[in-house]
Amino acid sequence: MAQTSIILQTKRVNAYFGKVHAIQDVSLEFRSNTVTAMIGPSGCGKSTFIRTLNRMHEEVPGARVEGEVLLDGSNIYQPGVDPVSIRRRIGMVFQKANPFPSLSIFDNVAAGLKLAGFQRRTVLQEVVERSLRQAALWDEVKDKLKAPGTSLSGGQQQRLCIARALAVSPPVLLMDEPTSALDPISTAKIEELVMELKNEVTIVIVTHNMQQAARISDHTAFFLMGEMVECDLTSRIFTKPRDSRTENYITGRFG
Amino acid sequence: MNIRNQLAANDGRRRLKNQIMCAFLFLAAIVAIAPLVSVFVYVVQRGYQAMSWDFFTQLPAAVGSSGGGMANAITGTMVLVALASLIGVPVGICGGLYLSEFGANSKIASTLRFGVDILASVPSIIVGLFAYAVVVMPMKRPSALAGGFALAILMIPTVARTSEALLKLVPVHIREAGLALGIPRWKVIIFIVLRGSMGAIITGIMLGIARAAGETAPLLLTAAGSQHWSHGLDQPIASLPVQIYTFAISPYDEWQKQAWAGAFVLVLFVFVLNIGTRLIIKRPTIAKD
Ligand SMILES: Nc1ncnc2c1ncn2[C@@H]1O[C@H](COP(=O)(O)OP(=O)(O)OP(=O)(O)O)[C@@H](O)[C@H]1O
Ligand SMILES: [Mg+2]
Repeated sequence: MAQTSIILQTKRVNAYFGKVHAIQDVSLEFRSNTVTAMIGPSGCGKSTFIRTLNRMHEEVPGARVEGEVLLDGSNIYQPGVDPVSIRRRIGMVFQKANPFPSLSIFDNVAAGLKLAGFQRRTVLQEVVERSLRQAALWDEVKDKLKAPGTSLSGGQQQRLCIARALAVSPPVLLMDEPTSALDPISTAKIEELVMELKNEVTIVIVTHNMQQAARISDHTAFFLMGEMVECDLTSRIFTKPRDSRTENYITGRFG
Repeated sequence: MNIRNQLAANDGRRRLKNQIMCAFLFLAAIVAIAPLVSVFVYVVQRGYQAMSWDFFTQLPAAVGSSGGGMANAITGTMVLVALASLIGVPVGICGGLYLSEFGANSKIASTLRFGVDILASVPSIIVGLFAYAVVVMPMKRPSALAGGFALAILMIPTVARTSEALLKLVPVHIREAGLALGIPRWKVIIFIVLRGSMGAIITGIMLGIARAAGETAPLLLTAAGSQHWSHGLDQPIASLPVQIYTFAISPYDEWQKQAWAGAFVLVLFVFVLNIGTRLIIKRPTIAKD
């Protein structure tokens, strides 16, 4: 695979919840149009880490970040940078589907654009359809776009959230265990989607499912107790990892 | 005897105890609700007898002559409630928004929250005195404005605290979804969080209005009363509670009958407001978590 440019990079990122030091000195690179999987045992800091990438970590009261995160070469934590502008460029899908309860399916997908000032109905319609198609949800909802977003099934809601995130065309998409609550069919749909999206979007995906990481990711980073143990090509992590802790985890000896 | 047998042996006694407790709680509930029901039935009975079409269209009759109505007091109450809502609803909602979204855990917010709670339990006559001092005295006469102001102060705590409580019910992950989409915080709060709880917040507003509509003491001091149509917002204005009060303590049979009719209308108003709100909000708009 030809090396693409680095779109996102962390330099010695540390994250804290009050006094709890949840992420220690993580330095990582994410290349354009790749999928990077974050794996590691529960509580090792995967969610915390990806939330430092779009400045969502600081939304937790008492939480704080140190270090640098470079998006296209410039530090998103530089004083004066507006987190809103960062979050428009780095979208996020959460572990638990969280459609806006008061909004229709259409408005859920259009929300990001509408609330950023896009009002042209034709543009919105086009974007909503394209995003729902990308999220493999269009056929299931095209006849009930006015129904509440929360009236969908769990798997559909998660794909709705993906469509919502895609609607603002972020160059980077963070996904925190997007399939952990889904059935195998929905999971397969989302995995397929991730591999297709790669052409347009750089994806960072947290997963507990080792097969999933192996199936869809180009690179895999292994986290343990707040540290990034190693990051390499997925094929190498799953065949001959350098660190014995990674090997132990992958072969199921702990975690 | 092993534990399983022991438990089985206790079963009968346990069931009996259970039944006795249930009966007891049922009785307690009846005792609690009985006065409410009897007041309601009594007011409806007495008030209905005195009810007539004139009651809604005529001004109060002079002493001695029969008939007349409370048209001015009914519209007066509506005007007062509208004035109060005009001030009380926006201030209350904004206060609730501040407490739940912006102040959250700050010192100022907890002080404010405490203040609002105190305000909610201040006797309404004190609120009336306050409005008397700051509105009636400078204007040199009781007025609809002063009455609306006093009622607004009474409404604010209800509206603010209900709004705060309902906004807090909106789960964090909904807010995060909005923020992660690159929507500025204030827009997330107004267009997603507030919008999602609006249905429920309206209930809070209705309860505030229902409370304000029945207040008498502060109105005696601020809006006074009137046997005529209102001549303007800076003039005294009639209201149902004050009219009921005036007529009920009078020695005249005709007036006392009218007071019952007024009570009936007031109860009906509060009742309809409650039922109406419940119908508007058929189901909670905050979706299952
Ligand atoms: N709000 C919080 N306040 C304090 N500590 C927290 C908070 N959220 C997470 N932590 C701590 O930070 C550490 C990392 O948590 P994080 O949620 O990032 O783990 P994770 O790898 O995503 O786990 P999982 O796979 O279970 O989702 C944990 O030790 C957790 O206890
Ligand atoms: Mg997690």
